[in-house]
Amino acid sequence: MDVRVLVGSKKGAFILESDAGRRDWRLRGPYCEHWPLTHVAADPASGAIYGAGGNAWFGPAVWRSRDFGATWTHSSQGLAYPEGETPVQCAWSVHAAHGRLYVGVEPAGLFVSDDDGASFREVAGLRRHPSRPEWQPGGAGLILHTIVTDPADPRRLWVGISSVGVFYTEDGGETWSPRNSGTRCDYLPEGQRYPEFGQCVHNLTLAPGHSNRLYQQNHCGMYRSDDGGLNWKSIEAGLPSSFGFPVAAHPRDPDTLFFLPLNGADAGRYPPDARAAVWRSRDGGARWSDRRAGLPQSGAYFGVMRQAMATDALDPAGVYFGASNGSVYASADEGETWDCIVRDLPAISSVETLTSR
Amino acid sequence: MRAPAVVRLPLLLTTLFPDAERVVRIEAETVADVIDGLEARWPGMRDRLCDTTPAIRRHINVFVDGRRTRLDTALAPGADVYVLTAVSGG
Repeated sequence: MDVRVLVGSKKGAFILESDAGRRDWRLRGPYCEHWPLTHVAADPASGAIYGAGGNAWFGPAVWRSRDFGATWTHSSQGLAYPEGETPVQCAWSVHAAHGRLYVGVEPAGLFVSDDDGASFREVAGLRRHPSRPEWQPGGAGLILHTIVTDPADPRRLWVGISSVGVFYTEDGGETWSPRNSGTRCDYLPEGQRYPEFGQCVHNLTLAPGHSNRLYQQNHCGMYRSDDGGLNWKSIEAGLPSSFGFPVAAHPRDPDTLFFLPLNGADAGRYPPDARAAVWRSRDGGARWSDRRAGLPQSGAYFGVMRQAMATDALDPAGVYFGASNGSVYASADEGETWDCIVRDLPAISSVETLTSR
Repeated sequence: MRAPAVVRLPLLLTTLFPDAERVVRIEAETVADVIDGLEARWPGMRDRLCDTTPAIRRHINVFVDGRRTRLDTALAPGADVYVLTAVSGG
């Protein structure tokens, strides 16, 4: 078994490679002509790697490699709104499932490719939702940053849009509905903090083997849903902060998940007390423990972005995160111990994995 | 017959299209015709230079006779067209 850690950065894609032992890592890159990439992820079925980004000169594009990064092509054919509308600024997220490639963009919208990233068309139902005129950009823009699919049903998708919330479709994207009940907006006036939409979702993930259990990191809290996002319950009790960006699920155990709380939206957005820790629950979020062996316990003033933590498919599961200071930390034992496997890369936007035989 | 425009492309752009050339002659009466000619030769190049407003991208400059042009700028026969990347990034 080989493990590849796919890194999206401010200056291109990088790939870290190791065997099942995950002790020694080899770094390759930078790829994609140093384009800023907000998300690099693979299709576990085909092994293809995709990079979503936007270049200040040349606009948005999705990069693709079918040979584990050795060669790349790029396309934005069809990755566009109609003439006269605000143009697509950046491709923000990629997600391959059911033989299709989904792409989230800024300003927020969803596109799909049925030809492996050669061309795209808009999943236009999302922007037809009546709430669309009221969508407001968050600090990173009006970005569709998270795409979740149900492995058991290709018609079911969830997307996360910053400061707009989670939206869900069960008809392949024709019609969508908000899925934010129970998630709060601390930044709204008292009495108005649980709107139908407008929540600042940061990341969400589906628990393995479940079609309706989701975990979410929000600007305001950590949450779990057992009904496909219809209702969310806070699981932040026991965590040092309600703020953070990524959440990662275990590859097999639906009750194991990982958060990386930062000290607060208005407090610097680095690990509490500048001591890095990944927080793990083994019981679906009821109880938490901090795993910090091998992580820096002083002077850790980095941030970890919404797409920058992932698990691999091995047993025991590997856990990885990339930081704004260009370091990638890895655990080969489900978070018990950590190593810094590369440092001094450009600021890291995303970390994903590709496990292959 | 009208002399074609002589279009010079930046290395950063031609790097993205493996068979693209740095200097290309295109029959064109406007800058938009130049873009059409580039797209015909190297599909996808329009998206790198223009957005869907449609307009030349904010950090791309197309200069003719020392002036920054727009898509509807008319070209004289044989015009020298310089496509340049603006100062950008960090």
